[in-house]
Amino acid sequence: MSDSYIGKDVIRKEAWDKVSGRAKYNSDYSSPNLLHGVLVCSNCAHGYIKRLDYSQAVNMPGVKKILTGADYSILCGSIIQDRPPLAVGKVRYYGEPVALVIAASEAEASAAAVRVVVEYEKLPTVNSPAEAIQAGAPLVHDYLGDYKHVIPEVYPTPGTNIVHQVKIRKGDMQQGWADSVCVIEGSYLLPQADHIAMETRNARAEVLPDGQIIIHSSSQAPFGIRKQISEHFGVELGKVVVHVPLVGGAYGGKAAVQLEFLAVMASMATGGQPVMISNTREQDIMASPGKIGLEARIKLGADAKGILKAGEYTFLLGTGAYADTGPRMGNSIAMNCTGPYKIDNVWCDTYCLYTNHTYVTSFRGFGHSSLTFAVERSMDKLAAAMNMDPLELRRRNLITPGQTSPSQVMMTPSILGNVPACLDKVAKLINWDKGARIRLDNQRIKAKGLACFWKTSNSPTDAFAAAIISFNSDASINLNVGAVKIGPSTKTTLAQILAEIMQVDINKIHVEMEVNTRTSPHHWKTVASMTTFMVGRAVEEAAYDAIHQILSLAAIVLQCAPGDLHMSPGRVYYKDDPGLYVDLADIVHGYKYPNGHTIGSQIIGRGTYVMSRLSPMNKETGQGKTGPYWTPGAQAVEIELNLADYSYKILRAATVLDAGKVLNPASARGLVMGAMGMGLGLGSREYYIYDQEQTLQNSSLRTYKVLRIGEQPEYLVDWIETPHEASAFGERGLAEHGILGIHAALANALSEAAGVELDQLPVLPELIWQKRKEQQL
Amino acid sequence: MKEMLTEGLIYLNINGEVRKTLVRPADTLLFALRERLGLTGAKPGCENGDCGACTVLVDGWPVKSCLMLAVEACDHEITTIEGLNNTPIQREFVEKFAFQCGYCTPGFIMNCQGLINIHPDASDEVINEWLQSNICRCTSYEEITAAVKSALNTVNNDPVS
Ligand code: FES
Ligand code: FES
Repeated sequence: MSDSYIGKDVIRKEAWDKVSGRAKYNSDYSSPNLLHGVLVCSNCAHGYIKRLDYSQAVNMPGVKKILTGADYSILCGSIIQDRPPLAVGKVRYYGEPVALVIAASEAEASAAAVRVVVEYEKLPTVNSPAEAIQAGAPLVHDYLGDYKHVIPEVYPTPGTNIVHQVKIRKGDMQQGWADSVCVIEGSYLLPQADHIAMETRNARAEVLPDGQIIIHSSSQAPFGIRKQISEHFGVELGKVVVHVPLVGGAYGGKAAVQLEFLAVMASMATGGQPVMISNTREQDIMASPGKIGLEARIKLGADAKGILKAGEYTFLLGTGAYADTGPRMGNSIAMNCTGPYKIDNVWCDTYCLYTNHTYVTSFRGFGHSSLTFAVERSMDKLAAAMNMDPLELRRRNLITPGQTSPSQVMMTPSILGNVPACLDKVAKLINWDKGARIRLDNQRIKAKGLACFWKTSNSPTDAFAAAIISFNSDASINLNVGAVKIGPSTKTTLAQILAEIMQVDINKIHVEMEVNTRTSPHHWKTVASMTTFMVGRAVEEAAYDAIHQILSLAAIVLQCAPGDLHMSPGRVYYKDDPGLYVDLADIVHGYKYPNGHTIGSQIIGRGTYVMSRLSPMNKETGQGKTGPYWTPGAQAVEIELNLADYSYKILRAATVLDAGKVLNPASARGLVMGAMGMGLGLGSREYYIYDQEQTLQNSSLRTYKVLRIGEQPEYLVDWIETPHEASAFGERGLAEHGILGIHAALANALSEAAGVELDQLPVLPELIWQKRKEQQL
Repeated sequence: MKEMLTEGLIYLNINGEVRKTLVRPADTLLFALRERLGLTGAKPGCENGDCGACTVLVDGWPVKSCLMLAVEACDHEITTIEGLNNTPIQREFVEKFAFQCGYCTPGFIMNCQGLINIHPDASDEVINEWLQSNICRCTSYEEITAAVKSALNTVNNDPVS
């Protein structure tokens, strides 16, 4: 085969299904015997449930059953078990599910749900991470000390709202401050926000007479669902089967297990009938988990040349009412707290705090987009204080191989990539040298802002993936992996890897799109931009396994050694004489001699990959390695601010990512641009708006604003390709990274234009107005 | 519009075929298409008219099927994504990588198809105005804009395709 599949814009395998309406998502299934569950959600943010009366509702037409927290005493959570699927005794956030109405149709269930009467005795609320950490703050959880820890490395403080804390202690702070001639401090505020996947979360479950539980879900974590359901309902793991078809957007939000518990409870309560629960958009925003909130304080010290000498970081993560993956995000932020800069003396305290807001789960970037905002605003402050070009200040401090990360991982080119090259390239893309601030007329100012970022995953040290490839008799290949098909063209990229190694036509590779935990090989979770790495390695190994089998069989047929043979599209030939060959189709299901005797049978290749040499973070110093490698990058944004009303246009947004070898450039570019768009939405308009009672004010797409067509800037994307040596073909994860620094770059540009420090998100025109008013500008 | 006071049979003209179905007066067209007729290409994204994932064509005009009652659609010609077959806009969505998860795609394509029918010479402003009714959370919109422009080109240069 002359053409390589690596670095090619291969179109998604499922592309035509998606443009013809044939692609099936989980809620596209319906059946006359399917029951529907509708949630009753709390309209109180913190309070005791005084009265819960469903006597009227239960007699409504079509209603089969109504469940409340009293029916199942389960506490769930993937790190610390603190959350009842339906509130028990008290509610902790506006939107928390308190009852589930199960009826023959969704319309009937909805009609009954509004007849469920719930009365609350209101409790004082915890409104922000800063309030949560105050001594004497109301407690969101009264029995924090009693909760079961799913992983040992979670450190709650009973009697407070602190569900977890992480420390980084590196170097000697006293020395660091002594070496600094310039010290700046900043405080940053990022409210919670939402994933807004276009497909709302939904799940259905059926309990079979023999006790098997069959779940169909729109999820990123089918194997996680299986584990949690098995554990909480006391059903053997193998008897729980989770199916996940195509997923309509997730961005981290569908890695949490929530509706699955409710669907299983509903099926159990109705004699095992299949029950579907599908969030309305409003429930998806208020009841299902969103993005963390962050309050950060950063203090940086630099010497006269601008070289960073000390960094002190305090991060208060608002995890909302329940922890979910919050603690892991706390670790993730702490271990990369400096951003991609070399600082020898680092002190970081990260607290994960309960509040009376919607609980959170992973979100594209796993804490790093919030972290990057705080770090990169600080870098601009330091540049201003030192009267230095922000580009130059960053250049002088970027981390390079031979230096260590805050958690003391030694950097190599393979692990880190090339951050300076990213920054230089992005500066060129945005024409940084043409001026960071240009006054267009007496009303309008054009300005640019920069940001650098890095990210690694925070995975369990034993996370693993597997792949199975099996041949059909026409020599086409079935590729079966446990990764979920969401937006990134992961499964197509895996097919590219397989086609390249096996030297087969990519059209002869059939990828199973659905995940079925019983027949798909295991995969940790489809998160953290780690799928192509982990599953890619497994596919690589499976391909070599199959090649070994094929060559061994062909060697018998062609009467030579396996090493004498070469795989080519459609056949295996003798290297010295390509005229001597056997067709793949004649051996992949065994080779049959003319007399009928047969040797070999179906070729099935298997491969696995387990994360290597990862270690959890040390409790006292943070030392540890929680991800295999970093993907770094640099971003820039150019805006035009109108001083008449502080409205602004985002003109251009640029990203340069060190993505290692880019396997599918068109798809990679799309992912990076899409992530930039999401980040600019968060930077300019998206957040949960709470009133004084902590009632969520914007739970519809009419009030929760996202970027729409025509509001997007011109996007510039380019790559640095430093291979990650351990990945298939040297790739690095890239699905999340376009979001990481983009709102920092936006706020830097707007701060530059407006002449005030914009240290919170989103940057609404009102914020600029308010800050300028404070400064009497 | 047909008058309807209780659940009953209606006839809908969908993708050139007359289909019979049982609906309640309150059932939306989106519900009837998906749950009664198995046409699941139109997607619910908000059921509130905010996202456009449910867009279909009614007499050639894009309509959010979550905002139209099924009974209102009687006596109109409805086209859903299932009624398009290898059209320029579908090809361009594929070629231009104009989707990732694909959930918003049928709605976007139907809106684009309406635009192509009604404004074959649409300017950038018209394109934006039309497509602002739909949300895509995965792509950057640049790809979708490129796809619709390219499809408009194809249609204008070769009206039979
Ligand atoms: S579902 Fe109809 S506009 Fe969103
Ligand atoms: S492709 Fe996922 S929402 Fe548009």
